[in-house]
Amino acid sequence: MYVIIVGSGRLSRSLAKALLDEEHEVLIIDKDEAKVSAIEEELGSIYLLGDGCEVDVLEEAGTDRADVFIAVTGHDEDNLVACQVAKHKFNVPRTIAQVTDTKNEHLFKMLEVDVTVTSFDIILEHIKREIPIHPLTRLAFFPDTEVEVVELKIPSDAASVNKRIDELSLPSESCVSLIVRSGEDAKIMPSSDFTLQAEDKLVIIARGTQSDLEKNLCDTFTTPEK
Amino acid sequence: MMKVVIVGCGRVGAQLATMLAAENYDVTILDINPHSLSKLVPTFQGTALLGDGTDEDSLRKAGIEGAEAFIALTGEDNHNIMAAQIAKHIFKIPRVICRIYDSQRGEIYQDLGLETVSPTITFVQSFKDKLQQG
Repeated sequence: MYVIIVGSGRLSRSLAKALLDEEHEVLIIDKDEAKVSAIEEELGSIYLLGDGCEVDVLEEAGTDRADVFIAVTGHDEDNLVACQVAKHKFNVPRTIAQVTDTKNEHLFKMLEVDVTVTSFDIILEHIKREIPIHPLTRLAFFPDTEVEVVELKIPSDAASVNKRIDELSLPSESCVSLIVRSGEDAKIMPSSDFTLQAEDKLVIIARGTQSDLEKNLCDTFTTPEK
Repeated sequence: MMKVVIVGCGRVGAQLATMLAAENYDVTILDINPHSLSKLVPTFQGTALLGDGTDEDSLRKAGIEGAEAFIALTGEDNHNIMAAQIAKHIFKIPRVICRIYDSQRGEIYQDLGLETVSPTITFVQSFKDKLQQG
């Protein structure tokens, strides 16, 4: 694949390195000469000095043959414009923008940026996993499909304790794909007569709108026994 | 009275705001820099607000809901483009005009439905006309 990355912070350099290791073709575009020379030292001549929002620069970069275009400049408006120019002028099939201010996410989606990544959300999910504010953590979400992968922990007072999976009312399109119980081997795709215990950790794949789905799963697995 | 929101109170923004207000438009002008707002003449009859034109809350405070026109005139092309697209797509303002210095970028957004003005093209034309008219 040919991947163009606009912006050359640490994130961009690590990403470029990972892609190069997988033998993809990578080009980093940045208008800051000092930052670009840091790339030269670390990764070699895989950069272009220039403004990644300018048509001429993107033309020189061969954007029309890029498979993926990623904008991680640290400035939301520059990321948005770079992706829009890549998409509408050069027909890049997949554009990915970093969004710093989460309030801008819906605008980016509305304006057809294919994927938005907000570091804020990612960090928040990680922290939530480590502190028990909520028994459910979202591990992955695929917006186009409404499919979500969540992890949840069975609280000791939950109604689901000592119940078999097939005794519980799971959301219609969902499956318990992993159960981790301390001191035992993890069970991948447990059978439906598997009996849950307190403190079990479950990974569930399910389809549905996010808020309904998460509420539904919490009702099923974590609601205290009456 | 037609309500107009202008983002960016540089020389152009300030003068346009003053002229429109004098012609009885209901004008609100927004800038993130308090110093820029001081460019407005004391006789300016509109509203001047400190705020970011790409921030929906600031735009709401500026009364964008109910505005008939929105003009983006900050010094940064991308800032203007983002503000203009928020006005057009989120607040559904009927007329959105956006200054874009980079004429190639301007063409792309013209195709995407913004009304764009490129000072570069306008100036080049005007200098050329002057020269050729002798």
